[in-house]
Amino acid sequence: MDAQALLQAITGVNPAAQERPNTNVPAVQVPVAGLHAFLQVLRDDPRFSFDFLLDHTAIDWMADGKFELVYQLFSTLHGHTLMVGVLIEREQPLAPTVSDLWPIAEWQEREVYDLFGIPYDDHPDLRRLFLEDDWTGYPLRKDYQDKNMLQRPQ
Amino acid sequence: MTVRVRTLDELLTPPAAGSSALSTQEYFVNMGPQHPIAHGSLRLVLRLDGETVKEVIPVPGFVHRGIEKMCEKLNPRQIIHLTDRLDYLSAVMNNWGVAKAVEKAANIETNGRIETIRTLMSELQRIQSHMLWWGVLGMDLGAYTAFLYAFRDREIISELFEETIGARLTMNYVRPGGVMFDILPDFQEKVKKLLKYLGPIIDEYDTLLSGNVILQERLRNVGVLDGKKAVALGCTGPVLRASGVPLDLRKLTPYGRYGDVEFNVAVGSKGDCWDRYYTRMEEIRQSMRIIEQLIDSIPEGPVNVLRASARISIPEGTYYDQIETARGVLGVMLVSDGKSPSPYRVHFRSPNFNNLWAVTALAPGWRIADIITIQSSLDLVIPDIDR
Amino acid sequence: MTATSLTYFAIAAAQGAFKNVTVSERTAQAFADGSWILAIVYIVVALGGLAALVTLSGLVLIYVERKLAAHFQCRLGPMRVGWHGIFQTVADAVKLLLKEDVIPEKADKAMHLLAPFLSMMATVMVLGVLPYSPILQITDINIGVLFVTAVSGFGVMGILLGGWSSNNKWSMVGAMRAGAQIISYEISATLALLVVVLFSGSLSLAEIVQSQDAGWWIWRANGVGFVSFIIFVIAVTAEINRTPFDIPEGESELAAGFHTEYSGLRFSFFFLAEFINMFVVSGMTATLFLGGWMPFHIGAWAGFNGFMDLIPPVLWFTGKTSVVIFLIMWFRWTFPRLRVDQLMYLEWKVLLPIGFVNLFAAAVVVLYNLYPFPILVP
Repeated sequence: MDAQALLQAITGVNPAAQERPNTNVPAVQVPVAGLHAFLQVLRDDPRFSFDFLLDHTAIDWMADGKFELVYQLFSTLHGHTLMVGVLIEREQPLAPTVSDLWPIAEWQEREVYDLFGIPYDDHPDLRRLFLEDDWTGYPLRKDYQDKNMLQRPQ
Repeated sequence: MTVRVRTLDELLTPPAAGSSALSTQEYFVNMGPQHPIAHGSLRLVLRLDGETVKEVIPVPGFVHRGIEKMCEKLNPRQIIHLTDRLDYLSAVMNNWGVAKAVEKAANIETNGRIETIRTLMSELQRIQSHMLWWGVLGMDLGAYTAFLYAFRDREIISELFEETIGARLTMNYVRPGGVMFDILPDFQEKVKKLLKYLGPIIDEYDTLLSGNVILQERLRNVGVLDGKKAVALGCTGPVLRASGVPLDLRKLTPYGRYGDVEFNVAVGSKGDCWDRYYTRMEEIRQSMRIIEQLIDSIPEGPVNVLRASARISIPEGTYYDQIETARGVLGVMLVSDGKSPSPYRVHFRSPNFNNLWAVTALAPGWRIADIITIQSSLDLVIPDIDR
Repeated sequence: MTATSLTYFAIAAAQGAFKNVTVSERTAQAFADGSWILAIVYIVVALGGLAALVTLSGLVLIYVERKLAAHFQCRLGPMRVGWHGIFQTVADAVKLLLKEDVIPEKADKAMHLLAPFLSMMATVMVLGVLPYSPILQITDINIGVLFVTAVSGFGVMGILLGGWSSNNKWSMVGAMRAGAQIISYEISATLALLVVVLFSGSLSLAEIVQSQDAGWWIWRANGVGFVSFIIFVIAVTAEINRTPFDIPEGESELAAGFHTEYSGLRFSFFFLAEFINMFVVSGMTATLFLGGWMPFHIGAWAGFNGFMDLIPPVLWFTGKTSVVIFLIMWFRWTFPRLRVDQLMYLEWKVLLPIGFVNLFAAAVVVLYNLYPFPILVP
């Protein structure tokens, strides 16, 4: 399925999904409500069969007060890719875990938790990944401050 | 809402001894960060029952340098420097991954000469990287001689890089819009000589290690990872292909000159350590085939389509691009707000980070010695995990 | 009569005169004669000789191993200290002696200190009964083979104690592996050794060498001797923890196995013991299967045999030992390491049955006198 047909099929499945502008890959933007069910459809529907979660990360849109979760899906059956973006609140963030759909998500979500401080609902083993357990702050947030950080000369 | 944040200490409480006099007590052992097997600083906490591994808890982060955070303050050309420090054994491929993402985002067209040189260098480095892996696997299994054989031959490729690029490890060679330096006039001749030398050498590797009955006993049927599981665990590269999933971006979405050359994707059938071993050995041969086909057809042209001082501006948007490195899929996500010259956010989907996770699924039930085999067959480069 | 055959007769006469006279017998004789000074001289020479042997063979073997490894691996090895790095081992030994002897705080101190000496002692005691030449043997006890088996089994005590007392999990795992491995492979080694005892009808090492006058045991007895030679070499390689059986140290698995927590002098004792052990088991292999100090003879070729007799027995012994040592080193720099369960499989399911069958076959050979070539000299 080419990019256009793929996006159309996805909008058919989830009317709330919008095409994401300014990208070089097929991408949709969906609301956080029903995210898990939507991703499950993407994985199990034979038209999509996105059985491979290539990547999961987050973007800190500090000015808008939002975090964006980004999922890069890939289908080993059809060979197509899809980028799924989900906006969540920056204050008191909470995201549903997809580690029951793709086991690798457990690992990738731990990285996002470690660096962005986004807790995942029902995550089986939510721990700091790279940083110490007693580290304060989440380094990839745009407002992260550390006394060892140097100011870059402008 | 059931968010429960745990700590490592919670996991490391030793279980009580069994009630029977014969039952044994499980114990925890730290394999790494300072351990001969840890080829970087990777800590694996093993829960053991005697010699049998019950659970593996990977604790990465000893070389976490915050590369993604640093990239938010750098322009695309400067980011290239940092990518050398991800998977240092696939430096050129990492460079290319970022360069390709930037070129796609900023609509920069390159020419045939650039793409050919990039492809050649990448394949040379793939050979070099797999050679190093081969030697290290031998060393991990106790055959130290293999390590030095591999380094002897790897040296020739390193010297080739040094002549062309000026660096042997952190090359910083591919940049958005081209490559750093043109190849030397005798490059083609030297590569041909190298190929002629490598053919028998790879066969020698087979006679030294592959055919050894002890090695086969150690690798066969150990750490079996079937295709479905490998996909679910997010493995890519030779690890995934050894499980029978022919996912190779060079074939699937050909970039560079891969569309013009003939080569086979090495695929395993069972997904045990032996398949991972042999997949890589075959990949060396396939890489040699690719180089053979390209070395005589390097088109003429400039090696950089941009001026060195040209400003690369990435238009606003989110861009994702991926490349096949020696260890799997390196994905580069660039987010630009269109205002500043540096990207708003950069994320690397690193192959080793995702491949490492497979250890937790593969290791339980095997012996301590098999952890070494499994970890070695996954071919992990630690700085790429930590970033 | 040519000068060559004259010399030959002189040496043969000398050998006959000193046949089976060990240093301990001389000492006893000197005591009996009342010449105290001579007796003391003999004792000092014997002890000094052993000490020199331990030190020298350790230094030489370490150097040889490094050089051999280097050349197997297409490099040069030590080249800087002395001619072709010949004093490198000495320099390293001095470095080890000067290093701090670190004892872990939570270690069992007495055991930790004792372990390396136990390991070393077991090795050195075997050196006392090896027949280096007809006149060069410290003592020849009539149960020599049993003594060697018993004492070399004692070495595992040092390893077990060292691993246990270090209070380190890696050491502990290494020590347990060593215990299981050495005790298992002792069985196969003993079975192979019993074959030779059957052939020669003696437990004394000197007599075993004498019994090979007509031909070395390795190629007599319809291949039975050869099979037990192979079993013996495999089993002793495992007993001295060399690759492919070096799982107690298993550098890439267990950090350094049982000697992880040892440093300085005490580490060097373990290290040295390993190399002397290699010398001991190679010497044993040479004594049992390759005719010890016996020269190489071919049937009725008197000229050739006479020429071979010109070479002193000590050189024959050293040469044969060196061949076995080379073989063991060659293993190390070629093979990967076995896994612990594969190691046990090899012993209990492969070597042990073969060893038993072979022992039975040897008994049949001895009983019905089925030697393929006639025994030349009784």
